[in-house]
Amino acid sequence: MGNEPIVGPNDDRDAESHSEATAETEAETGADADIDTETDGGVRPYTVRLELVDEPGELLRALSPISDNGGNLLSIHHERGNITPRGHIPVEVDLECPPERFDDIVEGLRDAGVNVIQAGAERYGEEISVVFVGHLVENDLSETLSRIEAEAEAAVLDLSLAAPDGTDATSSARLRLAVDSGRTDAALESIRSIGADKDLTIVEPLLGGEA
Amino acid sequence: MGASQRLAILGAGDVGRSVADLASEYGHEVVALADSTTATIDPDGIDVAAALDRKLGGDDIGADDPTAVFETDYDVLVEATPTTLGDADPGFTHAKRALETDHHVVLANKGPVAERYGELRELEADSAGSIRFEATVGGAIPILSTIEDSTPQAVTAVRGVLNGTANFILTRMAAEGLDYEHVLAEAQDLGVAEADPTFDVDGTDAALKFVILANVLADGGFSLEDATVEGIQNIPGSALNLAAEDGRTIRLIGEATRDGVRVGPRLVPENGALAVTGTRNIVQIETRNAGSLHSSGRGAGGPETATAVLSDVGRLPPL
Repeated sequence: MGNEPIVGPNDDRDAESHSEATAETEAETGADADIDTETDGGVRPYTVRLELVDEPGELLRALSPISDNGGNLLSIHHERGNITPRGHIPVEVDLECPPERFDDIVEGLRDAGVNVIQAGAERYGEEISVVFVGHLVENDLSETLSRIEAEAEAAVLDLSLAAPDGTDATSSARLRLAVDSGRTDAALESIRSIGADKDLTIVEPLLGGEA
Repeated sequence: MGASQRLAILGAGDVGRSVADLASEYGHEVVALADSTTATIDPDGIDVAAALDRKLGGDDIGADDPTAVFETDYDVLVEATPTTLGDADPGFTHAKRALETDHHVVLANKGPVAERYGELRELEADSAGSIRFEATVGGAIPILSTIEDSTPQAVTAVRGVLNGTANFILTRMAAEGLDYEHVLAEAQDLGVAEADPTFDVDGTDAALKFVILANVLADGGFSLEDATVEGIQNIPGSALNLAAEDGRTIRLIGEATRDGVRVGPRLVPENGALAVTGTRNIVQIETRNAGSLHSSGRGAGGPETATAVLSDVGRLPPL
C-alpha cells in the first residue's frame, strides 16, 4: 500500500528533487538565498500536501489553482491506500514556481476549498478535530487555546463554539488542529491534561484502524 | 455441530431462561436450572417449559436446592448469574467448583472473566474441562471466536461500540438535537435503559467487555481497575451538533490492546463503520495479516445472548 503515482515524470524525485527542495528551503533561511534564486532562474520546487475528498473530479479541481497561478506541476502522488484521520485521501504534489507566486497558489487552493495540510516549509502532517465540553467561556477559552498551541504544539485552524444555554452554562467547542506528523498521540495527551486542569470533557477523535 | 451435552444452568434471568428454552434446538439437554433460591434438577432432562412457566408465574423454579446442581450428572455448567465486580462472586466460585470436578464452564457472566481471568485459566489448566465465554462480549456477535480463529497473537487491537444503551442515547441525541437527560428518560420508557442506567452510561459495562478482550489478547493481566473509563453523562446535545458540522458523530468507543483498555466518548466519521445507530453493537478487529474485520449485530437480549452460549457449548469437546 501507500504511494501510487498517477503522474510521475521524475520517479527519482525522492533522491533528487526532494533533497534539492530541502537544500533550497535551508538556503532560503540563510544569507545566500538570493543567489540561489538567481541561479535557478527564479523558479523553485515546492511540495504541497493536500487532503482530498474521495469523489470523482476532486483531483482535477485541486490542481487547477496551481496552473492558474503560474505553477508548473512536477509530480503527483495520490496515496489511495492511505486515509487521513478526517477520512480523506492524502495527495502530495511537487511543483515549481517563482517564490512570489507560491503564496498565491496556496491561497488559490484554499479558496477552492482544498484542504492544504502542508505548504512548503510549514510542515503539518495531520489534521484532527477535537470537541471540548464544559464551562469553556468562564474557564478562559482563549487561555485554553494558547495552552493548546504551546503545550500540545498544535495550530488551531478553526473553532466552532456552541453555547445554547448561555456562556455561563455548559458549552461545547469543536477545534480543528494541525499537528506535526507523528506527534498526534503526544498532542492528544497534552490536550487531555489541559482538559483535566480546566475541568473540561475532551472528546478525542478515534484514530486507529479504519474507523 | 458438536456432541450433545448435558447442561446445568445457573441463573434464570433473560439469558439463562433463553439458553434453557433453545438448548434442545441446538441438540443439547438441560439437566438442571437454578435461580438464586431454588432449582429443578433431573439427570434425565428437566421439563424446561414447565420450569419456565413456574419462574415467569412468580413461583419457585423447582423444589431442589441450588447447590445440589453441582452434585448432578452434567457436562457443562452454564454460568448466567448477574455480573458482579471485585471478587466476581458467586459466579467465580461456581466456575471454580465445576472446573475442579472436571466439568466444562460456559460463562454469560462478565465478572469472573473480567476480574479474575488468570485464576480461571489456572483452574482450567488443572481441569479436564474447558472454559468459554463468547456471550460475555457483544451478545450474539461472534467476537471471541473470530479472535480465536485469527489467533489472538495476530490481533493488534479491538475497537468498537459494545453498549447498546449508551449508543441508543447518543444516536437519539444526535438525531433529535436533544440533551442527555431527556433522551435517557425516553430510553427508560422504552425499556432500552434500566431504571438505574449507571453502569451503561458511565462506561463500566463496556469497559468490562474490553477488559475481557484485552485479557484474551494478552492472555490475562487486566481487570476493571486497569481500564481508563469515561462515560457519556457530560456530553450535551450541542457537542453532537458541532461534531455533525464536521461530518462526525460521537460514540462511546472502547479500545482493547495488549497494552491497555480505554473506554470513552470519541469522534468518529458519521458514515463510518463504527457509527452504528440505536442499540446495535459493532467491533472492529484489527489484524496484522488480514486488515480490519468488522462484526455488527445485537449485543444484548436473552435469545441473542443465548445463541452465543449455545455456540460455545457446540465448540466444546465431549468429556
